[in-house]
Amino acid sequence: MTRIVVWYGQLISRPQLYRRGLLLVCSGFAWLTLFLAVPLAILLVIAFASRSAYGEVEWTFTLENFRRMLGFGALGWSSNTLRILLRSAWVGFVTTLISLLLAYPLAFFIAARPPRTRYLGLTLVIIPFCTNLVIRSYAWMLLLSPELPFAQLAQWLGLVPHFGALYPSAAAVYIGMVSTALPFTVLPIYTNVERLDWSIVEAARDLYASPWRVFFQAVLPQTLPGLSVAIILTFVPAMGMFVIPDLLGGAKYWLVGNLIQQQFGASRDWPFGAALSFGLMLLTFVGIFLLRRWRAEGELV
Amino acid sequence: MRRLHPTVSFAALGTLALLYLPLLAVVVFSVNASRHGFVWRGFTLGWYAKLLQDEYVLELTRNTLVLAFVSTAIATVLGTLLALGMQRFPWPKPARFAMELVLQLPVVTPDIVFAAAMVVMFGLLRLAWSIFTPGLLTMIIGHVTFQTAFVALVVRGRLALLGPTLDEAGRDLYADRLFLFRTITLPLLLPGVVAGALLAFTLSLDDFVISFFTAGPTSTTLPIYIYASVRRGVSPEIHALSTLIVLVTVFLVLSVERATRYRKE
Repeated sequence: MTRIVVWYGQLISRPQLYRRGLLLVCSGFAWLTLFLAVPLAILLVIAFASRSAYGEVEWTFTLENFRRMLGFGALGWSSNTLRILLRSAWVGFVTTLISLLLAYPLAFFIAARPPRTRYLGLTLVIIPFCTNLVIRSYAWMLLLSPELPFAQLAQWLGLVPHFGALYPSAAAVYIGMVSTALPFTVLPIYTNVERLDWSIVEAARDLYASPWRVFFQAVLPQTLPGLSVAIILTFVPAMGMFVIPDLLGGAKYWLVGNLIQQQFGASRDWPFGAALSFGLMLLTFVGIFLLRRWRAEGELV
Repeated sequence: MRRLHPTVSFAALGTLALLYLPLLAVVVFSVNASRHGFVWRGFTLGWYAKLLQDEYVLELTRNTLVLAFVSTAIATVLGTLLALGMQRFPWPKPARFAMELVLQLPVVTPDIVFAAAMVVMFGLLRLAWSIFTPGLLTMIIGHVTFQTAFVALVVRGRLALLGPTLDEAGRDLYADRLFLFRTITLPLLLPGVVAGALLAFTLSLDDFVISFFTAGPTSTTLPIYIYASVRRGVSPEIHALSTLIVLVTVFLVLSVERATRYRKE
């Protein structure tokens, strides 16, 4: 039964090899299972439990939390929760779109530099990506405050009242979101742009394709792998964001992230928070799944 | 590389400005002598001096660094072992798939959901053991959990580059397992491990959401403090503190860059 194999230059039986491998991975997987997989499973269970009057979890099976997510509350149907869910998906979509529009020029710009400065360009993109999110969000509050040029321009144009700031507003949330998402879009697209086959672009030009057509038929298809990664990395965090809407959007521009935070903080309604978390998880996985499929079809073409 | 249309370069520079203007604003206001308002009243380093005398901020800095160092140390060990175990053994397909799934879970889970799961788990564990009350320990556990996966992914990339040939050559020359690991695998793997550790450290400093959810009253960290201060209204000291954190981040990014560049040469 024991088969002997040569593995990394060593004669060894398979059971022995597996035993050795398990010894290496057991600590890490035990940790990840115990502190991530199990908690997520508990969260799923709690989503079907109910909340007692004192904010404790009561272990009675109910679908109440999911009904509430769709707007059926104690006081009849209201669109509040549903509106927040839809708004989150919409904000995620718009953020992704704007980030992609901005990311392509930047990716080409960095790729066009000579090798030495190319690293500098990449580092310039990575630094904001690693900077604390709280700092970056409040920095925008600073920049959009009433006395500074951006707000003054808006005041002059009559977009905000005299001495008014540009936040809290939907626009401020979008600005914050896009600047947060940008590194996530630029880096994957850049890896494709760097290896672009320019002969295809030249061929398209030789055949008198318009610049738009050159981009959509010769450049874009070559960047599809990076593009799909960029979309996942932007859309997923954007929907669950709670710091940016909290600081830049105020209470009127809540997203799912804020709603979840409230359930685990002030409201102390874990079951509802758990149900919302799974709504968000589900949206995330559906997004990733759709994108995988779209990519698989793209490769066939 | 082809020449770019001027509008492309222009758009790219505009995008870079979008990334750096806010950071620049924080730096500028951290050396502005005016306490209130946004008028330039001359250069000063006074806010930094005040910051360094603030006992509370120093304590928070200590908390932040202890959290980052301890969690990075644990995550680096776990992540490296995980990478070695996953990459260097002929796991059957279902086992490999399951491992891959668990490893990708922290990467794809939205951090607010991750944080919610932590709150619930610690809430239940607290019923049995009181050491799980929100504090430094719960924060360390939270940080290690998301760092481990990233360390494992980085180290695994490096291992994939190494391949089995050097081990085979060593075996042919009668090296035993320990000697092989000490003199061949580990030195060659080290840049990957260092890059993974630096990434983990950066992630820990960058994290707000998970810290915010798992922190207790005595284990506040700098990002949480900044968040709370911003909601009350910012002060120049906060700008100074943020500037210092940004500088540390820049240093860390450049270090990661160096560690990974070494890999390519």
